[in-house]
Amino acid sequence: MAWVNAIIQGVLTGGLYALFACGLSLMFGVMKVVNLAHGDLAVVAGYVAIGVIAVTHIPVLWSFLIVVPVMALLGYVLQRTIIQSALDRSVLTTLIVTFGLSVVIENGLLQFFTANSRAIGTGLALVSGSFRLGSHIQIGYLLVVVFAVAVVVLLGLQYFLSASKYGRLIRAVADDKEAAQLAGADYRHVFGIAAALAFGTVALAGIAYGMYSQLSPTTGTDTILLFAFAAVVIGGLGSLWGTLLGGVVLGVAQQIGAQINISDEVLAGYIVFLAVLVLRPQGLITRRAQS
Amino acid sequence: MSEPEGRGDAWTEEASGKALLEVRDLVVHHGQLRALNAISLRVFPGEVYAIIGANGAGKSTLLRTIAGLHHPTTGSVVFDGKDVTKLRPERRATQGIVMVPEGRRLFGSLSVEENLQVGATYARPGPWTIERVYEMFGWMRERRNQLTAQLSGGEQQTLAIGRALVANPRALLLDELSLGLAPVVVQRIYGMLPQILATGLTVLLVEQDVSQALRVASHIHCLLEGRSTLEGRPADVTADQVEAAYFGLADTGERSEP
Amino acid sequence: MSLAAETTARPAEEFRVTRSRRNVAWTGAAALIVVVVLALFPYYVNSGTTSIMVQAFTVLTMASMWNLLAGYAGLVSVGQQAFVGLGAYFVLILALHGTSPFAALPVAAIGCGVVALPLWWLVSRLRSGYFAIATWVLAATIMLIIEKFSSIGGGTGMPLPGLSGFSPALLTAYTYWAGLAVTVLALAAIYLLLRGRLGLVLTAIRDDEVAARSSGARVGLARLLVFVVAGAGCGAAGAVLAISQLQVQPGAVFSVQWTAEMAFATIIGGLGTIEGPILGTVVYMVLQQTLASYNAWYLIILGLVAILVALFARRGLWGLVDEHLNVRLFPVGFWLRITGTAGRSGAMKAD
Repeated sequence: MAWVNAIIQGVLTGGLYALFACGLSLMFGVMKVVNLAHGDLAVVAGYVAIGVIAVTHIPVLWSFLIVVPVMALLGYVLQRTIIQSALDRSVLTTLIVTFGLSVVIENGLLQFFTANSRAIGTGLALVSGSFRLGSHIQIGYLLVVVFAVAVVVLLGLQYFLSASKYGRLIRAVADDKEAAQLAGADYRHVFGIAAALAFGTVALAGIAYGMYSQLSPTTGTDTILLFAFAAVVIGGLGSLWGTLLGGVVLGVAQQIGAQINISDEVLAGYIVFLAVLVLRPQGLITRRAQS
Repeated sequence: MSEPEGRGDAWTEEASGKALLEVRDLVVHHGQLRALNAISLRVFPGEVYAIIGANGAGKSTLLRTIAGLHHPTTGSVVFDGKDVTKLRPERRATQGIVMVPEGRRLFGSLSVEENLQVGATYARPGPWTIERVYEMFGWMRERRNQLTAQLSGGEQQTLAIGRALVANPRALLLDELSLGLAPVVVQRIYGMLPQILATGLTVLLVEQDVSQALRVASHIHCLLEGRSTLEGRPADVTADQVEAAYFGLADTGERSEP
Repeated sequence: MSLAAETTARPAEEFRVTRSRRNVAWTGAAALIVVVVLALFPYYVNSGTTSIMVQAFTVLTMASMWNLLAGYAGLVSVGQQAFVGLGAYFVLILALHGTSPFAALPVAAIGCGVVALPLWWLVSRLRSGYFAIATWVLAATIMLIIEKFSSIGGGTGMPLPGLSGFSPALLTAYTYWAGLAVTVLALAAIYLLLRGRLGLVLTAIRDDEVAARSSGARVGLARLLVFVVAGAGCGAAGAVLAISQLQVQPGAVFSVQWTAEMAFATIIGGLGTIEGPILGTVVYMVLQQTLASYNAWYLIILGLVAILVALFARRGLWGLVDEHLNVRLFPVGFWLRITGTAGRSGAMKAD
């Protein structure tokens, strides 16, 4: 029965991983940028939320409303300035610049906030409460809510991409940015929108993670970036639902690993990732055919 | 086709004023290679201006530079009296210069209709709408939710043209329409030009197939290795002249590598 | 006149292609002198300085390797710490079985080179962004696997045996010479590698990968070789690290901070030149020593400078020097000499 519990836990955690991953996938799909600072941005959002709550004493859920849009705006600005400059030079430069950002952010957090980890206290029954199915299965409320939020966000993102004007533009620019230019679209602006979406979703995920678990300066790379990447690879690039599936597979693999040996949780996830990398690099779901 | 006003004049300022699109002493490099060597041309409203020449002559480079995808080393592109040389491609598109690129370059993950919708996103006001494109190309409406990969070459080409039309351009640039298409299909597509021109557009096209170009053009311009070798109305040039200009037979009387 | 214009303007007989300028003999002699001087350090310099030098040696070796990967083969690896750690653990394991750590050093280097082969197989097909994160995941995975073995210290690490027989002064000296030897060998290996056929392929990849592939160059093989050499080099550096720290802790030897340091040093110094990492290491050491008491600051500044250099001064500090002084310490390029009938002679760089 502990196994069933573990699997459910893994599935629900997968939602959070997918939320972390969708921004990474978006930026790579649209701009061909692998943002090595992606995870650290989630941590920054968490720390900012902690700071905002500490200063203004607003309810935790309101911190989302403040931090997420700010992070999205930051994403647009960063994309239009630094990341675009790096992109104009070469792929190598984007990797170096985003890696540099990651190191600067982490060490900056370390310098100003020490290495101690923090959590975002909600003070709600939400965090500690759980509901039981039968006598052996216990599922934390918070985790369920996070999973639900993740699914809603992914649905929203999917809808935005498929049905809105900017969603179409994002997909068009991802396909062929020159042809998009010829149709009157400034791809730098479209890239900015995609980055804003990426930063916004990862900020949301970061704050949620801070409520559910702990944040420390190195969480961005230790945990978030590598897990997000694993989810993208396992699920396949180009499909948001693939990313959700990838997150779920990762989460379940980790929980199964933990059942076998408590310290093998993270390792189990990486092993599955490596296996997918070897056997089916395009992931479990491949993208619709392109002309 | 009658001579547009200003076409017969010398290269005067007044004549320039009536041209829709003008290229002045354009020099374009690809790295260290000079692709275009001081090219000048004028396109007047309502014309079908064809640029011909062998592979590597610089035809596509010229069109792409006019569209804004290449930066000239020196020289200028003037549209409707305004110097657009420094404008980015998307700004030129909203000014009215819209190119149908070589190889179609449709958006592969978008449906037929979505391709048209993207084309219409930054459209200028004008007669062309998605509806009108559907009327002109009957098959599109039924298959509007299909992905572009499922279309034939000719259908893809007409979709690419439709995508450009819905932006309501004033100058429509067509880059190598005939590439990869059967002659019958090519002729049918070129057969639509009169309908397009009737809505007030001007067409500037690059065409590999010389006889096809001569059939549809009101004015032709031949390039060879980045230089202009011939210019004029199809009616005014002989086949020998065109051949000489295309292959570069000129003074030496020998064939140089096309 | 540009190179292209010059070469098309004259007949072929007027050109000669030579390997290096006149000054190579001088730089070779100078290099030898530098090495000898460095080798004598332990005799007249205090142990604090030699241990700083050892640190510089490890960073220089790692930076040179990262430069080989990113600057020549186009491979941005964020997982080189895997080899640093493996090198350290090779030494530890051999020392636990009675081998002297110094003797284990070359074995560690070779061992890491061998381990690089299956790792390359795992990641070689990935595009650059994916390649970068995949190497990171590999490093993290390797660390987690090693941590499971309590016989080599588990998650907390253990001291390195086999060094207690040395007197402090001798240990310091031997450690220093080990570091120096590793650095000299690494730089020599890179120099020879780039001077040979492989160097041509790599420089071609560096300049234009598509063109390199289409001209038939064995791009895949070249990259594999580079990955293996870089693995061995970083492994050797890791071995020196273990010896100088007298202990091996997984969190320390497998830290991504090593990659950050080697990457930043390389970028600031100049990517794509052999001299770049040397200059970059100097900058790194200066920053680190100056800001040593301020903990994370030197990494923050290093990172910011690296970002600025990557965006605005692509060829790094060495690139700036090179532009103005036209010097090559390690001649791996070619010189085009023009000799005309009028006796005019000149040389143009083609590298």
